[in-house]
Amino acid sequence: MIAIELRGINKSFGPVHANKDVALNIDKGTIHGIIGENGAGKSTLMSILYGFYEADSGDVLINGEVTRIRSSHEAIAAGIGMVHQHFMLVDPFSVVENVMLGAEGGALLDKGIDKTREELERLKREYGLEVPVDSLAGDLPVGLQQRVEILKALYRGAQILILDEPTGVLTPQETDQLFRILKALKDQGVTVILITHKLQEIMAVTDGVSVMRGGEMVAHRKTSETSKEELAELMVGRKVLLKVDKEAAQPQEAALKVEGLSVIGADGVARLDNVSLSVRRGEIVGVAGVSGNGQSELLAALSGIVAPSKGKIALNGTTITREKPLDASEFRDLGVAHVPEDRHRMGLVTAFTADESAILGYHRDEAYNGAILMKRNAIVEDCAQKMADFDVRPPNPKLKSANFSGGNQQKIVLAREMAQKPNVLLVGQPTRGVDIGAIEYIHKNLVAMRDAGAAVLLVSVELEEIMSLSDRILVMFEGRIVGEVDAKDANERMLGLMMANANPETDPNGKAQAAGDMQEGAEL
Amino acid sequence: MDDFFILLVSTLDATIRVAAPLVLAALAGLYAERSGVIDIGLEGKMLAAAFAAAATSFVMNSAWAGLLAGISISVILALIHGFACITHKGNQVVSGVAINILVAGLTVTLGIAWFAQGGQTPSLTNDARFSPLLWPGAEAVKDIPFIGGLYTEIISGHNLLVYIAYLAVPLTWWVVYRTRFGLRLRAVGENPAAVDTAGISVTALRYQAMICCGFLCGIAGTYLSTAQNAGFVKNMTAGQGFIALAAMIFGKWKPVPAMMACLLFGFLDAVANRIQGVSMPLVGEIPVQLIQALPYILTVILLAGFIGKAVAPKASGIPYVKER
Repeated sequence: MIAIELRGINKSFGPVHANKDVALNIDKGTIHGIIGENGAGKSTLMSILYGFYEADSGDVLINGEVTRIRSSHEAIAAGIGMVHQHFMLVDPFSVVENVMLGAEGGALLDKGIDKTREELERLKREYGLEVPVDSLAGDLPVGLQQRVEILKALYRGAQILILDEPTGVLTPQETDQLFRILKALKDQGVTVILITHKLQEIMAVTDGVSVMRGGEMVAHRKTSETSKEELAELMVGRKVLLKVDKEAAQPQEAALKVEGLSVIGADGVARLDNVSLSVRRGEIVGVAGVSGNGQSELLAALSGIVAPSKGKIALNGTTITREKPLDASEFRDLGVAHVPEDRHRMGLVTAFTADESAILGYHRDEAYNGAILMKRNAIVEDCAQKMADFDVRPPNPKLKSANFSGGNQQKIVLAREMAQKPNVLLVGQPTRGVDIGAIEYIHKNLVAMRDAGAAVLLVSVELEEIMSLSDRILVMFEGRIVGEVDAKDANERMLGLMMANANPETDPNGKAQAAGDMQEGAEL
Repeated sequence: MDDFFILLVSTLDATIRVAAPLVLAALAGLYAERSGVIDIGLEGKMLAAAFAAAATSFVMNSAWAGLLAGISISVILALIHGFACITHKGNQVVSGVAINILVAGLTVTLGIAWFAQGGQTPSLTNDARFSPLLWPGAEAVKDIPFIGGLYTEIISGHNLLVYIAYLAVPLTWWVVYRTRFGLRLRAVGENPAAVDTAGISVTALRYQAMICCGFLCGIAGTYLSTAQNAGFVKNMTAGQGFIALAAMIFGKWKPVPAMMACLLFGFLDAVANRIQGVSMPLVGEIPVQLIQALPYILTVILLAGFIGKAVAPKASGIPYVKER
């Protein structure tokens, strides 16, 4: 039986044809993956299903019947539930209040609250979806917040559940749990649509998969009859190298040494807690961890954005301490380049043209300045060169930074920082929101920097990225470094356990410890 | 001691009367801000309602007609604010300021055009005002020491609108925390996207909140011109809308604490009126200007540092744009 059928869906936004003649069949009680690069039209398609937009033409059939979905309200009535990438929770509300919002069952809340509690109890029994119902949603860890989102959908009687990039914020363990829940839902006859760009997850959990590219459905496959390589090629439209091609590292002397570094926030909480590390020339050191465990503060401290509260940073013979802090431009003068985690907030100014964004932080450089005025032509030429080197599209230095795709914005930032031939390159989330084709390119360049003798510190929440690029891997948890592994010996489960600090001992016996935990983990 | 008691009772009595319009306006602001719409225009709505109520009462010779007019004009202004901020996603502060400026000028202009008394409305007779309601037995118990004074002066003897103001506090609490509308109201001010994806219209909810806001501001303004005073005087709100806004923030967007803050401001005002010209021990006579400035100084001090962590509804001030 077919739960959802889409026939000839078209949707345009002005000149952009976001969905072209999209057709899709999804069997009831299956998990179906939809993959595609950013801008391939996945989100538009799901928005049409959830009633945010109405299609310009085409039909949506739910359980074989043509259904018009003009609002979220009608989508809910048709049995469609959605778990958004950014959770739609009211932080100061309890779980119960969040679940009942919009389905209160009467003008007064008293009865609704009791009914919701009973219903949550039932859902817990049926699907093993346990949550502390009286906690405030904002206090829950992200894994549980996501569970609340799933409960919201089920509470409203969803028979079709759409999940938009659900694993971006989860640890590997939380991801496993989510997948177990999805499988339980499937066994109960719920149809699950999983939107993701992680090929590995498609392979792990789906029954079928559809690939979108440029607004069109380019392929439908049974998961058991396809491979990551094939899917990647379908997504991008050309052969893609999923594995990073790199030689063994040739590390030299340490370019960056950190000893006992702490950064204490305004509220007195240590964001970075006694961190020691070193990065040698010619190696990439990866920092893994669930987002928000001190990685951002580490990058901020190492690039001069915040001053250390304790400890010291040694760079090229200069020692930076609380008493002798340096600012970000002085760090740059010492040969530290920084590709920030959030390119919109810190990497570039979206309202600036590309050539302006491409010199930020180095704008006082002689090459760009005359006696009084800036050398506009030199700046444009410089940017054109960087764009050529990094294959930025479109190669137009006068285009506003905001008008480039995420991948191309990131290439502009990378080009700017790499052009300085830094001794130390700090890179935060280099491929967040970046298309698979651009990821390949960015990774290649990071390895090239390493081979040219830079010390590269890579912070990423993507374990795959950390594992494929790094020579050594550090794991952060609550501001501390809780483990260090050689990349050759690392695997996802072991890093995942360290990220959740399931590994009680910190180094030096990290490897053995993690291996022990792995077996425990396997029994969970 | 007896003198002190009489002074205390009269001060508390004045506190309740002075705080009543503040309470109404603060609750009005609470509905707006809980829904995510900042309303700087409380002041303007009160002033417009005060003028409309006084003018209508005078013409119709009916306080009730005045109340209806006051509420109507205030709701209309609230809807204009909503149209600018909700439908057209304009800047909420600018729209509020615009309403304040518009009303400040328009009331005087219309007042001069209609009544030719320099922008005032003619004095209202008692029929056209809300007069004090004497509670049963108030006269009888008046002379009983302590309790008599409390009952007669503080509980009894206020006009209807004062009682409405203080009844609006538990009512608002009940609406905000115990009803479906309240749950959605709180949600839409925190995370409108959550409300939207739950299949509820953000726009409709915010307009409903603005109607509540206008309704309460209308009563507050009517109170100023037809209950506390006997007619409209140019700029008679004199910043009370802003004080109410401050009280609401001071009360952390919660009805009962907001009322407490209003009572505190009312109390200061009442005290200020009573220590004018009185020679105080040590400091001597306090200048009138300083006393009159006291509530405002206190507002600044309280808001600057003494309210602890006041967390506004997260989406307050941000127009909701569907992001997809």
